[in-house]
Amino acid sequence: MEHSSLQAKTLLGGFEAPAIQSAHAFRGIMQAMARPGKIFDIEGAEPPAPLSAAAGCVLLTLCDTDTPVYLAGAADTPAIRAWLAFHTGAPLVGRSECMFALGSWRDLAPLSSYPIGTSQYPDRSATLIVESAELTPNGPMLTGPGIKDSAQLSLPDIAAFQDNHALFPLGLDFIFTCANRLAALPRTTEVSECMSQ
Amino acid sequence: MSEYNFAYLDEQTKRMIRRAILKGLAIPGYQVPFASREMPMPYGWGTGGVQVSAAILTPDDRFKVIDQGADDTTNAVSIRSFFERTANVATTTATEDASVIQTRHRIPEDTLTEDQVLVYQVPIPEPLRFLEPRESETRKMHSLEEYGLMHVKLYEDISRHGHIATSYAYPVKVEGRYVMDPSPIPKFDNPKLDDMAAIQLFGAGREQRIYALPPYTQVVSLDFDDHPFEASKADQICGLCGAADSYLDEVIVDDAGGRMFCCSDTDYCSRRRAAGHQGPAFPGSEVAA
Repeated sequence: MEHSSLQAKTLLGGFEAPAIQSAHAFRGIMQAMARPGKIFDIEGAEPPAPLSAAAGCVLLTLCDTDTPVYLAGAADTPAIRAWLAFHTGAPLVGRSECMFALGSWRDLAPLSSYPIGTSQYPDRSATLIVESAELTPNGPMLTGPGIKDSAQLSLPDIAAFQDNHALFPLGLDFIFTCANRLAALPRTTEVSECMSQ
Repeated sequence: MSEYNFAYLDEQTKRMIRRAILKGLAIPGYQVPFASREMPMPYGWGTGGVQVSAAILTPDDRFKVIDQGADDTTNAVSIRSFFERTANVATTTATEDASVIQTRHRIPEDTLTEDQVLVYQVPIPEPLRFLEPRESETRKMHSLEEYGLMHVKLYEDISRHGHIATSYAYPVKVEGRYVMDPSPIPKFDNPKLDDMAAIQLFGAGREQRIYALPPYTQVVSLDFDDHPFEASKADQICGLCGAADSYLDEVIVDDAGGRMFCCSDTDYCSRRRAAGHQGPAFPGSEVAA
């Protein structure tokens, strides 16, 4: 009985019209990556708890058999493993070999163990999908490409993103997900303490 | 419509291209390798741009294609109808109505907005390629930020011609890091690359590279203190609409050496004419050349 309900949950929650829904989802992800700190709505996936709908959309839109995925801590459950395997076929690997990593900020740490690319191929670096309890346009100040003057985003840390930015053109890129919303922070963004607070 | 997957490409290919676009946006000006597919058109006809457009289009988009600024040339017409057929997407020739604009070798005259995406067709993405033919070497040069050769090339222009004679595909430096080929746009368009509100994506199909400029990215044309970059155009006005601020094409109009200059951006020119502007060569005009 328990087995069959697990199976039903595995099969459900994907895109019903994959070509169209992933196209919409990608536009949201692309806008987020191009405009760091800006929050976008994204919908269409219903992954097993505790995954957010936004994280599910990102996985369905970007992951397949070519993209090794690392599930960190609480994101590494049999239900999520089965859902990811059925809907994307992405191989599960350790953090040092992953292209995408998924988990809470605390579970994803330490950042030093993910691929940051090589000097000739800085694109061969991991993208971290950070499940967040809140996602609001308040917090540390962001500047850099994609940001008109400055932006603010509720980030879980400051120093870690400054260290990551210092690696440029190497480094990690982050997608923060919360319910059906997401925002991104590529390696180009400079993060600093907000002056007005 | 039903015989194709949405926007022609299969989903796995689109995911691969989408991942390359995201890394391109995260590392502005860096050329991300991607597994370019064969498209139902020859290399050199915009297969890179078409693949990028296929990966980003949604059914809600309004799509515009320009070829050297014109909406009505073969390349533009065929790519537009390709996506009408395979993505069932709405199309337009009006720059301001378009949400995605695919372009060959021009940036529209109108200032683009945050709601727009500009997709460039790129023949040779590597700005150093004609100076160093080996990919293994140019990749190393980018990683070491070794761009002296490019300045030598511009300097040789000056020593031979007295000024920087490079007039299109004029190299730029992105955010002080990567030297990038802006595709063969005239250098008149180079200043528009800088601080643009729209997302700019570059696709090179044959060369299998994608690169990108996020909005509000610093893009500087390479130059020297004593020979600063200058955005140039023909020293004429448009024969049809009289515009003095747009990039002009020179058109041969008869067998006797007759010629006229007219806006390369056909949408810009026709809107100006609709608004009553008239150039010296406008049919029926008294000052027709």
